Amino acid sequence: MGAFRRNKMMQRSSVSRRQAMAGLCLCCLPTTRLLAAEGPARMVQVAPGIYIRHGLTADAAAGNADAIANIGFIVGAHSVAVFDPGGSLADGRALSLAVRAATKLPIRYVILSHEHPDHVFGAAAFAPDHPVFVGHAMLPEALAARGTFYQAGLDRILGQGKAGPVITPTRLVHDRDSLDLGGRSLTLTAHPPAHTTCDLSALDSLSGVLLTGDLLFVQRVPALDGSLSGWISELSKLKALGARNAVPGHGPVSVPWPGAAADLKRYLTVLQSQTRAAVAAAVPIGQAASEVAASERGKWRLFDDYNGRNVIEAYRQIEWE
Amino acid sequence: MKRWLSCAVLVGAACFGTVSARAEETLASRAQRWTELEHALFGSRTVLDGSALLSVQTPVRAMDAALVPVGITVAKGSGIKGLYLVIDDNPAPMAAHFSFGPEADPHALHLRVRVDQYTLVHAVAETKDGKLYSVASFVKAAGGCSAPAGTDAADALKDIGHMKLRLLGGFAPNEPVEAQLLIRHPNFNGMQMNQVTRLYTPARFINSVDVSYNNAKVFHLDSDISLSSDPAITFGFVPHDKGELEVVAHDTKGSIFTDSFDVPARAS
Repeated sequence: MGAFRRNKMMQRSSVSRRQAMAGLCLCCLPTTRLLAAEGPARMVQVAPGIYIRHGLTADAAAGNADAIANIGFIVGAHSVAVFDPGGSLADGRALSLAVRAATKLPIRYVILSHEHPDHVFGAAAFAPDHPVFVGHAMLPEALAARGTFYQAGLDRILGQGKAGPVITPTRLVHDRDSLDLGGRSLTLTAHPPAHTTCDLSALDSLSGVLLTGDLLFVQRVPALDGSLSGWISELSKLKALGARNAVPGHGPVSVPWPGAAADLKRYLTVLQSQTRAAVAAAVPIGQAASEVAASERGKWRLFDDYNGRNVIEAYRQIEWE
Repeated sequence: MKRWLSCAVLVGAACFGTVSARAEETLASRAQRWTELEHALFGSRTVLDGSALLSVQTPVRAMDAALVPVGITVAKGSGIKGLYLVIDDNPAPMAAHFSFGPEADPHALHLRVRVDQYTLVHAVAETKDGKLYSVASFVKAAGGCSAPAGTDAADALKDIGHMKLRLLGGFAPNEPVEAQLLIRHPNFNGMQMNQVTRLYTPARFINSVDVSYNNAKVFHLDSDISLSSDPAITFGFVPHDKGELEVVAHDTKGSIFTDSFDVPARAS
């Protein structure tokens, strides 16, 4: 696996939430330095024919094209599948150029791992290829409920029209599905509520690589938007799939499987047990949000940006268990 | 990967990047906003400084704009007959109005609210002699009203009206105790658009809650779209030897939800 070199221009122009809050007004700066580099995304071949672009450990910000998720594509003998088209039109275009740099084979499938903007808003960049857009059976409903909201929010960060339109998948996975790329196939699993309510994972038959989407976070603090207990149990099921390596939605582009799930499992378990204890002891929700899982701070990047809201989400779920 | 609300906070952050430069102007416009609200909500009545009587607690920066915990504490022994919670810059600023009955102990209240943008949150107490006293707290949060609460509409309505109640302290006859009431309800506020139909999910929210103890009033609450989904209300009352709390909640679709709870809870 080749070493990944972060795009320097993106790195320089990305801005943290803290910087933004400290009063740096991005909208007023000259935009030339803030534009993401045009050109193909830098890909790492994590297994023969599987190319992944490393996502930045940041939130969407002007200048980073919301290129914060691990996204990529799988090349078979006769066709290509994209697994997550990226976080914006520009992010999707860079990935599309990377596909073209690697192969002339047609892009037959664009798989949307779940509803979150950093994974799906690059989809429109692939429209000229006329692929089949594939997603969890619950994804259309989730995009219907949230797509406009996500798009408007992302446009406000990146600039009007930069998010790209919401693309609704037409091939829906209710339980399992299989995509034949020629010489290899992707087994798709539609998961019950876990990270979100519409998580889809893909297992490559040729390499044994598992593309988890955001069912796996490594190094970057997880974000809970589905079901805490569901996520813990889906993680166990994924471990039993027999994959050797995984591509997490966030973190290094390739990690050993299932070993790399240990940190996430620990975090979710701590979140669950300590939130349960807080609910049982009637610790107010706001206080719980700043106390629960404190032992995990320092073990995750962006911890303080997400842990509190994870606790609030967990608290709401546990209150009604 | 992200749940969008935090991004909405980020949007707020990016667009509020010049906050320090505009601080004075903003302070002035906030004061102006409250003056207008005072007039709209309380007419010509004078609203006095309430800092000696009550306080309102909000997080400085909300972690989830769709669920911001707010607490109101009233000095013990004060004769309070009502409390208003006003979120100045929300689409419907009057979030809640409690009027207390003889069984209430109004010294502490906790609610969970949606906050649409950086705003002052006012608590206004009405004393038994009809005077109004206000205090305020500033909260940094954005996007809580238009943010979709969940992605599974069917699930949101599945257990609608289900209630839970528990005492947050030990039960002792004739001693004040806090009780937490949870009501399962999506509290759709009518501000979420469906991308496919281009229609907004119709508003459907709890607009009143009556709690009584042994048939005597604890409080009547008039509420609006600012309460978070699955409304949670923590209130004080004074239980006697044995009794029953009864809850009647109405929503804007005309549904009525009722439940009753033994105090102390009967051993099961």
